[in-house]
Amino acid sequence: MAGDAARIRRQNKLGKGLFLLFFIGPALLIYAVYNIYPIFATFYYSLFDWTGIQAEKTFLGLENYANLMKDRVFFRSLGNNVLLVFASVFTQIPLGLALALLLQSKIKGMRFFRTVYFLPFLMSTVAIAILWMFIYNPTFGVLNGLLSDLGLQSLQRSWLGEKSTAMGAVIATICWQFVPFYMILLRAGLTGIPEELLEAARIDGCTPWGTFTRITLPLLMPTIITSATLSTIGSLKYFDLIFVMTEGGPDSATELMATYMYKQAFRFFSMGYASAISSCMFILAFIAAAAILSLDRVRSRGGY
Amino acid sequence: MKAAKSVILYALAILWLVIAGYPYAYMFATSLKDQSGFFQDPTGLIGKYTLDSYKLVFELGLFRYFANSVIISVICVGLVIILACMVSYCLARMRFFLNRPLYFIFIAGMMIPVHTTLIPVYILTREMGLYDQLWALVGPYIAFSLPVSVIILTQFAREIPGELEEAAIMDGAGRTRTFVSVILPLLAPATATVGIYNFIHIWNEFVFALILISTKARMTLPLGLREFYAEFSVNVPGIMAALTLGSLPLLIAYFISQEKVVSGISAGAVKG
Repeated sequence: MAGDAARIRRQNKLGKGLFLLFFIGPALLIYAVYNIYPIFATFYYSLFDWTGIQAEKTFLGLENYANLMKDRVFFRSLGNNVLLVFASVFTQIPLGLALALLLQSKIKGMRFFRTVYFLPFLMSTVAIAILWMFIYNPTFGVLNGLLSDLGLQSLQRSWLGEKSTAMGAVIATICWQFVPFYMILLRAGLTGIPEELLEAARIDGCTPWGTFTRITLPLLMPTIITSATLSTIGSLKYFDLIFVMTEGGPDSATELMATYMYKQAFRFFSMGYASAISSCMFILAFIAAAAILSLDRVRSRGGY
Repeated sequence: MKAAKSVILYALAILWLVIAGYPYAYMFATSLKDQSGFFQDPTGLIGKYTLDSYKLVFELGLFRYFANSVIISVICVGLVIILACMVSYCLARMRFFLNRPLYFIFIAGMMIPVHTTLIPVYILTREMGLYDQLWALVGPYIAFSLPVSVIILTQFAREIPGELEEAAIMDGAGRTRTFVSVILPLLAPATATVGIYNFIHIWNEFVFALILISTKARMTLPLGLREFYAEFSVNVPGIMAALTLGSLPLLIAYFISQEKVVSGISAGAVKG
C-alpha cells in the first residue's frame, strides 16, 4: 500500500513536471532565443572588430568602448537622448495632466473632446513622421503657411533642415504623439481619488490650487512616477520617428544613440562598434530604471 | 466669475482640439484633393474632392503591404495570447520552485531596449535562413510581446477563485482539461485587453521589420509607407491617401470600442 502511494505521488510529480514543460517551455524558448540570448551576444560582439557578414572576427578587448569614449557623434547622440528624456518628462506629463484635469471639468461635449485628444496616439509612428514632414515642409508646409497668414514671414524656416530647429521640431512631434498616452494614464489615476476628500478640502476653505497641490498631486504621485519611468526608458531607446524624419541629421543635430547604432551596424557594417553602442544603451536604461525605482522607494518611505 | 472660468476652459479645450485634430483633418482633406488643388491651397481643408489618390495608391501596391501587416499581426497576436495564457496559468495557479524566478525574468523583459537585441537577432535570422521573409518577424514580435502579456494575464489569473478549479478536478478533469474549459473562458476579458495592446504595437512595429526585410513585396505597412514616401514625395495627396488607409484599422477599432482600446493601451503601464 505504502509503495503504491509513493508511486502515485511520483507519477503525479512527473505529470506536473511534464505539464509545466509543455505549458511554459515554448514561450520560454522563444523568449530566451530572441530576448535573453541577444543581450549576452551583444556584449560579446562588442569585444570584436566585425562586419557581421564575413565569418572572421578580430578580438579587440575593450577597444570599441575606448573609441566610443572619444567619439564626438556618440556624445552628441547621448546628449540628445538626455535632452529628449527631460523634454518628454517635463512637457508630456504636465500637458497630459492638464488635459486629464480639463477632461474632468464639467463642460459640455467632453466626450467629443476626449475622443479627438486621443487620436494622435493611434497613428503609427512612421505615419506620424511622414505627416509631420509635410507640416514642417519649407515650401508648402502647414507651419510656414500659418506663419505667413499671421504675417510672421520672418519666422519661416526649413524646420527639419536647419541644425538650430531640427531637434525642437522633432521633440514637438514626439510630444504630440505621446501626450494622449499620459493623459489616459493620469486620468485613470485621477478617477481613483475619492470625491469625498476633494469635497472635504473645499468645505474646509481650501482654494482650488491648494486642493490640487495638497491632495490631488500627492495622491497622483504613484501614477506620475510610473509615467516618468515609462517616459524616461522610452526616450533613452527612441528611434522610429527621428529615423524616418531626419535620419539623425542635419549634421547629427538629431542623432540619437539608437539611430547612430543603426547606422554603424547596417550602413557601415561595424557590428562590433555598434554592439558597444547598444551595450551602453542597455546599461544606461538599466541605471535609469534602477535610479527611478530607488527614488520611488525613498519617497514612499517618506510617507507621502 | 463662473462664466469667465468656463470661457477659459472652453478656449483651452478648443485650442488642444485644433492641435490634436488638425493634422488628422489635414491628412484626410489632402488625400481627397488632386495635385493641382493641393498646390493651390496646401493647408486648406475644403476643396474639390476626388477619390483618385486612393485608386492610385492601390494600383501602386499598397494592398500588398496591408496584407502582410494583417497576416503578421493576426498570427503573432494569436500565438502570443495562447502562449501567454499557458505561462500565466502555471505562474498564477501552480506551485513549483522556479515560479518566482520565471515571473521575474518575464518582468525584466519590459526594461530591455529593443536595440540591444537588434544585431544578434539579425545575425540569428540570417543563420536560420529566414532573412527577408515575413516569418522572420514572428519570433521577435512574440518575444517582445510576452512580458506585458504574461504580467497582465498572471495578475488576472490570480484573481480566479480556486474553488472553480477544484470543482473541475473533482469531476475528474485533468490539468489540461481544466485549463481549456475552466481557466481560458475566465481569462477572456483580460485576453481582449492583451490582444488589443499587442495588435497596436505589432501593427505599428518598425525597427525589426527594417532590419529583417528588404524585398518590397514582403514589407509590412510601416516600411511600405516609408517606401511610398521615398518614391512619390511629389504626389502629396497620394501619400496622404496611403497614410489615411494605414491609420484606418486602429481608428475603426477605436470607434467600435473606445473603452477597450483605451484600457488596452494603458495596460502597458503595469508595474510588476
